Amino acid sequence: MENKSMSYEYDLNLKATELRLALPGSDEPDEKQSVTCVRSNKRASSEISEESKSSSSVTIAGNGDSDAPPPAKAQVVGWPPIRSYRKNCLQGNKNEGEGVGRFMKVSMDGAPYLRKIDLRVYNSYSELLNALENMFKLTIGAYSERVGYHGSDYTPTYEDKDGDWMLVGDVPWEMFISSCKRLRIMKGSEARGLGCSL
Amino acid sequence: MESELKRFRNSPNSEELTRRSSFPDEVIERVLSLFKSHKDRSAVSLVCKDWYNAERWSRTHVFIGNCYSVSPEIVARRFPNIRSVTLKGKPRFSDFNLVPLNWGADIHAWLVVFADECPFLEELRLKRMTISDESLEFLSVSFPNFKSLSLLSCDGFSTNGLSAIATHCKNLIELDIQENGIDDRGGSWLSCFPESFTLLEVLNFANLTSDINFDVLERLVSRCKSLRVLKVNQSISLEQLPRLLVHAPQLTELGTGSFSQQLTFPQYEELESAFSSCNNIHTLSGLWDVKAIYLPALYSACTNLTFLNLSYAALQGGELAKLLRHCPRLQRLWVMDTVEDKGLEAVGLNCPLLEELRVFPLDPYDEEIAHGVTEAGFIAVSCFCPRLHYVLYFCRQMTNAAVATVVQNCPNFTHFRLCIMNPRQPDCTTGEPMDEAFGAVVKTCTKLQRLSVSGLLTDLTFEYIGKYAKNLETLSVAFAGSSDWGMQCVLEGCPKLRKLEIRDCPFGNKALLSGLEKYESMRSLWMSACNVTMNGCRLLARVMPRLNVEVMKEDGSDDSQADKVYVYRSVAGPRRDAPPSVQTL
Repeated sequence: MENKSMSYEYDLNLKATELRLALPGSDEPDEKQSVTCVRSNKRASSEISEESKSSSSVTIAGNGDSDAPPPAKAQVVGWPPIRSYRKNCLQGNKNEGEGVGRFMKVSMDGAPYLRKIDLRVYNSYSELLNALENMFKLTIGAYSERVGYHGSDYTPTYEDKDGDWMLVGDVPWEMFISSCKRLRIMKGSEARGLGCSL
Repeated sequence: MESELKRFRNSPNSEELTRRSSFPDEVIERVLSLFKSHKDRSAVSLVCKDWYNAERWSRTHVFIGNCYSVSPEIVARRFPNIRSVTLKGKPRFSDFNLVPLNWGADIHAWLVVFADECPFLEELRLKRMTISDESLEFLSVSFPNFKSLSLLSCDGFSTNGLSAIATHCKNLIELDIQENGIDDRGGSWLSCFPESFTLLEVLNFANLTSDINFDVLERLVSRCKSLRVLKVNQSISLEQLPRLLVHAPQLTELGTGSFSQQLTFPQYEELESAFSSCNNIHTLSGLWDVKAIYLPALYSACTNLTFLNLSYAALQGGELAKLLRHCPRLQRLWVMDTVEDKGLEAVGLNCPLLEELRVFPLDPYDEEIAHGVTEAGFIAVSCFCPRLHYVLYFCRQMTNAAVATVVQNCPNFTHFRLCIMNPRQPDCTTGEPMDEAFGAVVKTCTKLQRLSVSGLLTDLTFEYIGKYAKNLETLSVAFAGSSDWGMQCVLEGCPKLRKLEIRDCPFGNKALLSGLEKYESMRSLWMSACNVTMNGCRLLARVMPRLNVEVMKEDGSDDSQADKVYVYRSVAGPRRDAPPSVQTL
């Protein structure tokens, strides 16, 4: 991520001298839960590193030095210590079924972390795409019904309630925000493939 | 009077002070009434019997940190003239669902006693108590001078209870409903304030989700000319907000409603204009669903802002940066980790007067983790905010070196609460335990009062704490330590320790029983999912009769294990209202 190099001015810069096994460009190989693994039903995964996923619970893998007994896979009660009120406020309707909760995951091919946005804050595709461009520092290009996005390497796609991957912009806005489960900004030829297949 | 005073001053013999004739009670009472801090008052009351009596008659505010440490009868008898009571109930871990429902801390018994003995009660501030609608109704009719109600992290009531308060409390100046488990049955409670009612100074209903009648709110705001704190809920839109603000330019604290409605240009201008006439705002919160492009509307109101609570506003780093450029006087900032390190760098650059920073996670439970903030953001803030003394930081990675750097930059921490969200996670660059991080904190920050530790920690962390944290009053520990020795170090080494809360640590009976007398000087001890047994707890209860030792068992656990233990000192004896799941030993 673009911020990382600047941030290590403050650090002791152990990173520069450290020998480690890691995929190039991934910053935190030791981290047990640094992940993004885009789950996609219909297409092959992108180049995002498929590091071991860990739930936010007590799962320790890899270099764990802990003496803890084999941890449960289930979420730990009351951890992290967030007040129930705050949890309910922000998670809200997550229990009502997959996805159409309040904050939408947005992943980008090649980025090690995903982001979250609140779709309700936007009123149109152009606002949403602007926000995505700012968030990921890229240009998305112009949309056309026939060939999808052109003019850049990036194509915004989304997974809908049926699990299908669609091009952002194909359906009317209102239908989009009520059916979108998560967003993925695809890069390169894969993206163009999706556009043409419609 | 003058001759009395001269005699007092010239007297070489301190015994003169204790003689009834040397100093009229009224004078002592008058002087003592100037003492506000309850610690000072407690000290004063211990000097001699005369001063004890003078103090108790002049005491108007009582703070009770644990509602079970004393009975309402004892309080009412000792302080007949109290006007204001602050009560805290359940152990703090009840906020995180670790305490069984119906645990207790019900306010009703207190209200009944106060209605009898202290009917002039004006103010009630409750934290983690259970209060029913019946109790709220009882409160509203039993205390004719009642002025202030503040409920934080409470449960057991619904908006019907608020209706009773609004209907009957003719002298109400404050209604502050914060982060409670309230049963929200609708917004009609607001309409219960009589049309003739004009005294309100504080109204906070940000916690409630139901729609309220905007016209009713607008009329209420416009006729309460002394209103200084207004925190509305999400049902109030951006279009409606200016209509409230124009009626209350004197506001000092504002909590907005939703900040994302699509506005026309004239509507935006109206919003901007309304904010520009609010020159007195020092605290701003709300900003639900914030749409960053509308933030410039509030820039003009940010000049004198000292507290900005964005903890429910999912802003990105760049958006935060733009806003903070207009908040040069900021002292307290609460944000969500969506701002990431970049946002925290902006904090450092724009807010040199910052004293308190809290970073909350947007989605702490997700398997696919969003980035959030890291050690880099923490360092960035510390570099440029030397006055920082309070931090609450939720993150997914941290290093020992970073924490050491932070406390070197900011040695004045009084509250250091670091939550590395994955339990037992080591230093993300070295793979080592985080012992040295907290070692640095306690060695450098001599004024430290409150500490929350996290990450992979051995007993060494607790050795450091016991050795260096001489002003520590509150310690929170989770998934840490290697043996009983860790907890022993803390109990033996921290003279000012008042609250110790521990979960999921390998501390057992030996550790528990190493603190026998210590617990009498503390407010409370909580231990859950540790290695303490029922026998250990029984022994503690037997040896220390002035402590209440309560055990809560989990379903299906071993009979001998004490799953959750809560120990606290009390002059009221064991409580009689414990539910079946709580056993007092």
